[in-house]
Amino acid sequence: MAPEPFLGVTDRTPVQHHILSVLVENKSGVLSRVAGLFARRGFNIYSLAVAPAETSARFSRITIVVDAESAPLEQIVEQLDKLVNVVAISDISPKDALERELLLATIRTDVNSRTPLSDVVANSGAAIVDVDAHSITLMLAGTPAACDELERQLDNYDTVELHRTGRVALPRLGTTTSS
Amino acid sequence: MQLTGAQALIKSLEMEGVEVIFGLPGGAILPVYDPLIDSSIRHILVRHEQGAGHMAEGYAIATGRPGVAMVTSGPGATNIVTPIGNAYMDSTPLVVITGQVATAAIGTDAFQECDITGITQGITKHNFLITDVNDIPRAIAAAFHIATTGRPGPVLVDLPKDLSQSTMEWWYPSTIEELDLPGYRPSVDLDARSIEAAVALIAQAERPVLYVGGGTLKSGASAELLAFAERTKMPVVTTLMARGAFPDSHPQNLGMPGMHGVYAAVTAIQKSDLLISLGARFDDRVTGKIPAFAPEAKIIHVDIDKAEFNKVRRTNVAIRASVADALTALDAAGATPKGLGPWWQQIDEWRAQFPLVYDAPTEDGLLRPQYVIESIHAAAEPGTIVSSGVGQHQMWASQFWKFEEPGTWVNSGGAGTMGFGVPSAIGAKVGRPDKTVWCIDGDGCFQMTAQELVTARAEGIPVKIAILNNAYLGMVRQWQEMFYEERYSEVYLSADLPDYVKWAEAMGCVGLRARTVEEMHEAIRQANEINDVPVVIDFRTDAREKVFPMVAAGASNDDIMVHPLQREA
Repeated sequence: MAPEPFLGVTDRTPVQHHILSVLVENKSGVLSRVAGLFARRGFNIYSLAVAPAETSARFSRITIVVDAESAPLEQIVEQLDKLVNVVAISDISPKDALERELLLATIRTDVNSRTPLSDVVANSGAAIVDVDAHSITLMLAGTPAACDELERQLDNYDTVELHRTGRVALPRLGTTTSS
Repeated sequence: MQLTGAQALIKSLEMEGVEVIFGLPGGAILPVYDPLIDSSIRHILVRHEQGAGHMAEGYAIATGRPGVAMVTSGPGATNIVTPIGNAYMDSTPLVVITGQVATAAIGTDAFQECDITGITQGITKHNFLITDVNDIPRAIAAAFHIATTGRPGPVLVDLPKDLSQSTMEWWYPSTIEELDLPGYRPSVDLDARSIEAAVALIAQAERPVLYVGGGTLKSGASAELLAFAERTKMPVVTTLMARGAFPDSHPQNLGMPGMHGVYAAVTAIQKSDLLISLGARFDDRVTGKIPAFAPEAKIIHVDIDKAEFNKVRRTNVAIRASVADALTALDAAGATPKGLGPWWQQIDEWRAQFPLVYDAPTEDGLLRPQYVIESIHAAAEPGTIVSSGVGQHQMWASQFWKFEEPGTWVNSGGAGTMGFGVPSAIGAKVGRPDKTVWCIDGDGCFQMTAQELVTARAEGIPVKIAILNNAYLGMVRQWQEMFYEERYSEVYLSADLPDYVKWAEAMGCVGLRARTVEEMHEAIRQANEINDVPVVIDFRTDAREKVFPMVAAGASNDDIMVHPLQREA
């Protein structure tokens, strides 16, 4: 049996992951068709981000990080390509990818933890975006590795909530993608 | 010209050249049934929506044209899910129109509401929920385009009731661009390099096999196949989905491969050094244990669907094309294997040693099912169409009927849908009224969809149904006998309950019964003389009879079990 598709945050990026940048028609139900295909065929989604694409309002771009150990990448791409609403697929290998994601975390603080936490924020390149008497909310826009690292450092603090967006990616300049 | 959405739908179907719709009305589709009265399109009123779907499939398989079914929302739609799934597995072109509750009621759990586009997402090639009355023509045109191009398949169009009742200014797309399908690219240019690579592989082959699948029939490539096979002298096997793609009477046809395949066909694949797959998909019922499948064979894989390449077995040369185009190109490039004398000598030994056999008539008078099939075939005119349900009778029909031309074998391959036989026979007869249509059915299958014989009688569709009545769910019984130490669990059905003759008569058909060889020949003779109403024959067959050869599920094709008569003492 295929493992459940994973749609959340983890510090365990699959060793053999690939990034598919999928241009789809912006129609209702398209995300369901894409997610349904992965579930049906036993392909694992590591993370997924979707937003309107640059070309026109007719299209959206879905960035899917797939676990290429769960199925041959070629099968995933070919089955995806058969969906009528999928217009184009770019396969960006991890070494050619510029990957970024956003992390938001709310940490409960007291007089003892504020100062070291401020250091963590400063050293990681994160920013404090909200504060009240008992907690702060911080954000980091960075590489998945930077987000992983910040998440590890926050283990020492009282984290109320932590969200990551899942990554988006573009090919590095000067590289080519297959599609 | 202003039309209602309902009128636009019917007019769109007329634009697509639809001659018949199989359907059953209900609340949400009701508006569409009104303009249907004024249309030239024939409507066949089924007794259950599953029947509509299988009839549309039978029609499509027998004619090569897309089958059309129309049902209402909710249970009407869910009842046709099985045929949609069946058509998806067998790549049969189907357009299914479902009524939907009014747009404003969608998502409110309204009466007879269900998310049929969601339900059928994984078993349609594509589906549409129409949200604007002006989109009806485009959706229908797109549905036919998608269903019939590339790898064919079922497309569902879900039409909310309020849109059927709204009005629109009539238009119809006249170009592919107007269909607005930017992600759908079914056609490709044949890559000349793949042909060159295939020709090179073929030139080295000493033990090649043409592994002919359903895609050969879908692309209408029988003539190209015959020409290519005869020029290259390569042996041919025709899968369950490809029966009729190459004449059974042709000396190069080894028959069906797979779990219940002919010994020579199974073994030729196993020992081959080159397997040329023509629109086949390396189904587990053909391959058996995959790591042990044709271990010495290189693979040339021809398919219009590139997702089939490397899905099950690594391909050495992939040719993305219709089978017809690929064979034409291979022939033009002069693809020729080495001398095949020793290979044919070996194959002929297998054929002589292990032909299809079955036992002589039983002493207690029960009929051998294989003999019934051979007798029906012997009395049938050439070109007779045969449908079947799923199980032992299906395998025997595929083994013992001799198929000579495309579109004469109507069966449920990938999905294995019991009950497919009767309605698909009716659909085939509607599409090919000039041909005799027999359904070789089992007693278990017959009970699932027999009510459609009421439809057949009412609509004047004279099909002939041969029930091989062994009183059991025979294939399951066979597995329980062979693999569960004869512990028979929930497989007994009784030969007399129901009374098939009375049931046939109650449905307006002629009912006949045959217990002996004499009665069998007489019943077949009578059935062949009746051409105005459906005929049902209850053939009493021996339940102990099993389908051989057999490769057990998950076993290697090397471990094929031949018929007990052929085993050494």
